[in-house]
Amino acid sequence: MLDIVTRQKDQAVIVAISGDVDLYSSPEVRKVLIGLTGRKAPLIVVDLRAVSYMDSSGIATLVEGLQQMSKYGGELRLFGLGAAVREVFELSRLDKVFQIYDSEAAALPDNQAAETP
Amino acid sequence: MKATKRKRANLHNKTIDTVEFRVASDPKLLKIIRAGITHLCELIGFTPQQSQQTTLAVDEACSNIIKYAYGGATDKPIIVTARLIQNGIEIILRDFGKKAVPAEIKSRDLDDLRPGGLGVHLIRSTMDVVSYDTSRKRGNELRLAKFSAAPAAAANSDQTPVVPASS
Repeated sequence: MLDIVTRQKDQAVIVAISGDVDLYSSPEVRKVLIGLTGRKAPLIVVDLRAVSYMDSSGIATLVEGLQQMSKYGGELRLFGLGAAVREVFELSRLDKVFQIYDSEAAALPDNQAAETP
Repeated sequence: MKATKRKRANLHNKTIDTVEFRVASDPKLLKIIRAGITHLCELIGFTPQQSQQTTLAVDEACSNIIKYAYGGATDKPIIVTARLIQNGIEIILRDFGKKAVPAEIKSRDLDDLRPGGLGVHLIRSTMDVVSYDTSRKRGNELRLAKFSAAPAAAANSDQTPVVPASS
């Protein structure tokens, strides 16, 4: 069962996802991201620490979010990728396209200089 | 000693076990297939990475069946047959939906950043054998295999390596 919790932290919206992101559950993620990009959220930070599995539909959802945000100059950042999820990004060669951080603190603007994605 | 050696030799490359999953083409059931495939991979001693890659490929193939062969219908049959072979796992995915056109089955250009279209690429990049049987009267049959060691000798297949409908 997928669980998505969003919270505001200064200018950023943190989207914490728990569970598997697959063909069944990715529409829920999409709904949240499209809602946020529709309001032109300047920074969305997606917490993937509790995502143990992600398939191409999950990746596609994040790519769509990234593209929507780039239209208005927003930023989509990711952190907490486990080995399995990270490998899907690497296989798709998207690990260089997304801004991927190790922790929430590193993904937030104040710490941007401390860690290069 | 000789008898033991003979027994081991007889097992070499022979099917030692088969597990079949028959599920409806409902995306909410994909998790069950993933769990089963992961457990089978662990049983044969795959590394966590090999297990994850095999599970990902099967999941992507099932997703393609749901999306393309069955056009999103959730009540059509999918049969996933996993055979534990001596040096890895072979998985046959069978559907009875719209036939795929092999010429249209291809990975997309990864430099073209857009949502979707990654399923075929992920299947191809994670499995040692990906072959598609077009001879079935109805539907499609996809054969996947992954080996625990270097696949050079074991991966030889008499079928043209192709994959199912693009995602």
